[in-house]
Amino acid sequence: MKIMISTRGDFVSPRFDLSSEVVIATCYDHQLMEEPRSLILSDISAEVLCDLALKEDVALVVCGGIEDEHYKFLIWKKIKVIDAVIGPYADVLQLAMNNELQSGTIFAGVASREVAP
Amino acid sequence: MCETMQIESTLQNVPGLDEILNGIPHGIAILGPDLCILTMNRFLEAMTGYDADEVRGVYGEYVLRTNLDAKKQPCKKVLKTGEPVSVDGNIINRHRKKLPIHFTFTRLHDELGQPVGILIVLEDTSVAMVEELGFHEQSIRTEILGHSPPMEAVFELMSVLARTDASVLITGETGTGKDLIAEALHKSSPRARQPFIKVNCGALPEALLESELFGHVKGAFTGALTETVGMFRLANKGTIFLTEIGDLSLPLQVKLLTVLDDREFFPVGGSKKVQVDVRIIAATHRTLREEVRKGLFREDLFYRLNVLHLHTPSLRERDGDIRLLLGHFLRQFSEKLGRKVTDFSAEATEVLHNYSYPGNVRELRNIAEYSANICQGTMVELKDLPQYLFRPLEPTVVDTVSPPPSSPPPVEHVVPLRRENSDWTNIEKEMILNAMRESGGNRTKAARLLGWGRTTLWRKLKKHQLT
Repeated sequence: MKIMISTRGDFVSPRFDLSSEVVIATCYDHQLMEEPRSLILSDISAEVLCDLALKEDVALVVCGGIEDEHYKFLIWKKIKVIDAVIGPYADVLQLAMNNELQSGTIFAGVASREVAP
Repeated sequence: MCETMQIESTLQNVPGLDEILNGIPHGIAILGPDLCILTMNRFLEAMTGYDADEVRGVYGEYVLRTNLDAKKQPCKKVLKTGEPVSVDGNIINRHRKKLPIHFTFTRLHDELGQPVGILIVLEDTSVAMVEELGFHEQSIRTEILGHSPPMEAVFELMSVLARTDASVLITGETGTGKDLIAEALHKSSPRARQPFIKVNCGALPEALLESELFGHVKGAFTGALTETVGMFRLANKGTIFLTEIGDLSLPLQVKLLTVLDDREFFPVGGSKKVQVDVRIIAATHRTLREEVRKGLFREDLFYRLNVLHLHTPSLRERDGDIRLLLGHFLRQFSEKLGRKVTDFSAEATEVLHNYSYPGNVRELRNIAEYSANICQGTMVELKDLPQYLFRPLEPTVVDTVSPPPSSPPPVEHVVPLRRENSDWTNIEKEMILNAMRESGGNRTKAARLLGWGRTTLWRKLKKHQLT
């Protein structure tokens, strides 16, 4: 299963449409198949990210805030979307691989004031 | 960390703070010096979809999800400088809805004047936008009267055209309200606060019009004692309305095309290019396509102006609007003149309904004004109407604009003077044949009937190959 997380630095980016970076990970049986790839995009737009998700044939998109039309588009394309996630992407990825990630999850990492970017 | 705890305890000690914040009809967030959420009011909870307790201590940007540039970091800037920042943007909430927001960032101080946090006010502008839109549609409707289907279509199109910035070409017969529509389009466009300049292209000779439109420098021609800026520069950031564009000379059409393409021009006699940001609305009662065919109007300018086309229907096409307009104008003039004329009698109404109004609303308005002036009672009778209404209309060729394909067929009073294939050769041939038929084939009699000599008739018969 391929997972795409829209990121900003070490965190899931607050907004899908304004993300300039994504992390793409391939996993099998709750394990990473290879080191997650980090891509920096030349154009920032939700459409570019949707295209990328289709091109990369990802099964799951994890993001922060996403507009309904893009969410519905991805769902229509049989891509699962877990949105409104706040937290460091490494922890998010781990939870996603374990099928434990849910929409609206807030990780303790961001709630702690020391890790605020 | 210490400062954050300090402000947290300060906030907790303010009696009734939650009630105060919840009483404000905008979203309010208070961020600590580390830019994490300390508290949110109920309005913001509803706006973002997050509970204040759920996100307390979370970095504000991850909760609000604004589109404000992360690199510019308005919160950090405000915290550092203390200068409040007001900016328009949007947020995407937990329900995946994008809301247009007006943000105001203000720095909070302690009693010693030390910065302790940020107060963010989020004003949902989507409501204001809808209200503004409603207001615009209302203003379009209040200025131009009409409830007929063709006018409803015009209003609908106008509300779309008002939101764009493209050139608009308004066509329609004289007196159909092209000027009013142009002004209404400007007033309901984003350029509404900027100037609206109207120029009648048919009112001035070519040389003067060029100077009027594009301005001239001092000494450009004899009598140019001072520099003038011209209408285009006066209308900068606003709208220029070129009425009777069909009367514009060909050289000026070229210059206008350049302005439309490049948004810059040289004033008369000037050597420095002037840049303008102007929306152009053009109007004409002529058929521009026909003018293009005749070579009187440049084809490229026609296509450049004809980006958005609005055709104003004639009064004959506006079923039911005659009654509405008559009543409106009669009331208006009656009030103005201090009369007590209230309505038209049934006979007068019938005459007015059956009239074809070649001058459209302008003519109808004049009829109402005439009636309000002449009528001595409260009801306009037949005798109070202008006498020309009772005479049959003389056939005239009115240079009308061809209506769009969906419009009704051409009006009755427009009588073409020339029939198809009615050139003189055919008419002559027909005349000879008729005369020959009448005279039973006798050429002498036929020549007499035609008023010609026998030789002339013989020559003409040969010419038309009738021998």
